[in-house]
Amino acid sequence: MAILIDRNSRVMTQGITGKTGQFHTRMCRDYAFGKNCFVAGVHPKKGGEDFEGVPIFATVREAKKVTGATVSVIYVPPPFAAAAIDEAVEAELDLVICITEGIPVRDMVRTCARMEGRKTRLIGPNCPGIITPDEIKIGIMPGYIHKKGRIGVVSRSGTLTYEAVAQLMEQGLGQSTCIGIGGDPVNGVKHLDVMKLFNDDAETEAVLMVGEIGGSDEEDCARWVKGHMRKPVVGFIAGLTAPPGRRMGHAGAVISGGKGTAQEKLAVMEECGIKVTRNPAEMGKLLKSVLR
Amino acid sequence: MKIHEYQAKNILREFGVPTPKGVPCFSVDEAVEAAESLGGSAWVVKAQIHAGGRGKGGGVKVARSLDEVKHFAASILGMSLVTPQTGPKGQIVRRLLIEQGVDIKTEFYAGLVVDRASRRVCVIASGEGGMNIEEVAAKAPEKIQRLSIDPVAGLTAQEAEGMARRIGFTGPASVEAGALLQALYRAYDSTDASLVEINPLILTAEDRVLALDAKMNFDDNALFRHPDIAALRDFDEEDPAEIEASKYDLSYVSLDGNIGCLVNGAGLAMATMDIIKLYGGNPANFLDVGGGATAEKVAEAFKLMLGNPELKAILVNIFGGIMKCDVIADGVVTAAKEVRLNVPLVVRLEGTNVEQGKKILAESGLPIIQAENMADAAQKAVVASAGA
Repeated sequence: MAILIDRNSRVMTQGITGKTGQFHTRMCRDYAFGKNCFVAGVHPKKGGEDFEGVPIFATVREAKKVTGATVSVIYVPPPFAAAAIDEAVEAELDLVICITEGIPVRDMVRTCARMEGRKTRLIGPNCPGIITPDEIKIGIMPGYIHKKGRIGVVSRSGTLTYEAVAQLMEQGLGQSTCIGIGGDPVNGVKHLDVMKLFNDDAETEAVLMVGEIGGSDEEDCARWVKGHMRKPVVGFIAGLTAPPGRRMGHAGAVISGGKGTAQEKLAVMEECGIKVTRNPAEMGKLLKSVLR
Repeated sequence: MKIHEYQAKNILREFGVPTPKGVPCFSVDEAVEAAESLGGSAWVVKAQIHAGGRGKGGGVKVARSLDEVKHFAASILGMSLVTPQTGPKGQIVRRLLIEQGVDIKTEFYAGLVVDRASRRVCVIASGEGGMNIEEVAAKAPEKIQRLSIDPVAGLTAQEAEGMARRIGFTGPASVEAGALLQALYRAYDSTDASLVEINPLILTAEDRVLALDAKMNFDDNALFRHPDIAALRDFDEEDPAEIEASKYDLSYVSLDGNIGCLVNGAGLAMATMDIIKLYGGNPANFLDVGGGATAEKVAEAFKLMLGNPELKAILVNIFGGIMKCDVIADGVVTAAKEVRLNVPLVVRLEGTNVEQGKKILAESGLPIIQAENMADAAQKAVVASAGA
């Protein structure tokens, strides 16, 4: 099962002709069942052409109609990326994964408002994407570090997620699905949304939740876990040493007005029964320790 | 990006937000001239630095005569203003704002910011003006009113007036205050702001509503469509190392420790700082070289870190994904040779092509301390920083 994507997912790439889109479409097609999964590209002016055998369509709607793809991954440059999401939402895709970093917040506020009441789910922007190991990867993570298994991973970062996965692998633990939800202040699915999906997924046995300073997504998720989660959850929050008011790389990683500190998040998570570590080198070990 | 109060007021006035009359000044003479041209019998001499809390640090003074304007301008210009937000070193004052004095009847607070949970811009307002709004939020949350704004409809007149009345405006002043809130939102939305804060928003003795102070921050990712705002950037207010870093697209934040960190990815970079601290060390900086780091970028990152006189060790922590470890190793070796490394260098590589990367480091002949994992790397860096 895993969550959101598997070998049967059919994916289109928006921004397939750019350098990043080309490179990662190639990498994703080379991973597991990727050749079957990545069935279309979209470019407004290059409909009718193809990228290494993948047909390119002028619109998302057309790509969906012809190939049956219901998932899209976006590598469109920041000034146009929100419009690319809008197009995918209009075409009623099931899932959109926006990799693009640097989209203005104002654009995302408008796009999120347009998404209200629509069926499309958004992962990102400014995220590494999602992978169901040994089946399909959609995004920029290195596929080979993963292995199929029973641990769900949800995180706001890229390389810190790879670090977490590597630590799980050291403990001999494979993953059901790993999702990077992105480091922007206004984004699509949040920790909570992903946690609910893992809770209902028969193949997921436990969840590793990696957060960082800024906002209150981790706290919201923790409060839900306390009342509803039937599986063990462990967590780490990056940014215990970050100074207030400074943006730590990610647009969303900032402690503002004394809110969104790592201390506060860790405290709420612990109160809600989530085992946490303050040592980022011990995420894997901690998860192993809670398995039944 | 941050701008000064006088710049924020210039922008807000364009959108119809009433403010006191004022003139920005760069010298004492200009300050006196400004006060003369403004007229009246009282002026406010305000230090223009990006940090807040200026009044508490002695950076805002009310002058009752031109002599006092001269006196205060002379004492504030050039001073190192220490506020709760500047850190102990303070910030040198290079600009002043001279404003007409205003008789205040009541003080309020109004702000706009993105609320992540609702994914919308949110108006925050309170009848407790002039205070630290975070303190009000902590001690008396019921005194703060919030309203999230539909991006399509904007802030309507009805919503804005309702908000004004809830924080204590009455009669015609509530209409005026409502209009001011609407203008604030138009300014926020049109300029891709990330924060607008009016503290205090006041009712004058003549029952006029005015933005007495103003703070605006902008979304860095949207500056490409606002060259006029990007031009307001004041480099004197920024850390020189951070300005240098921004030229090379490096995400860099100076900290007060002595272990330099070079990491790929923001989350891993924060985690690296955290683990250094956990093992008893102190990070000198946050530095994310990003996904597409080249040898040149790595070299620039090394130069930045080595420019810090406090530096006692460097920790490189790379999880190669798309970025290959051998490429990073080449970059580290090239950079280390080029910049004449004078502190211990601990390197931890993991991920794509890690073996080739480690081999390049080992064969470089440089005194590089290799680490097996993140914990090992942090421990070695902390030991190295203590011994150097």
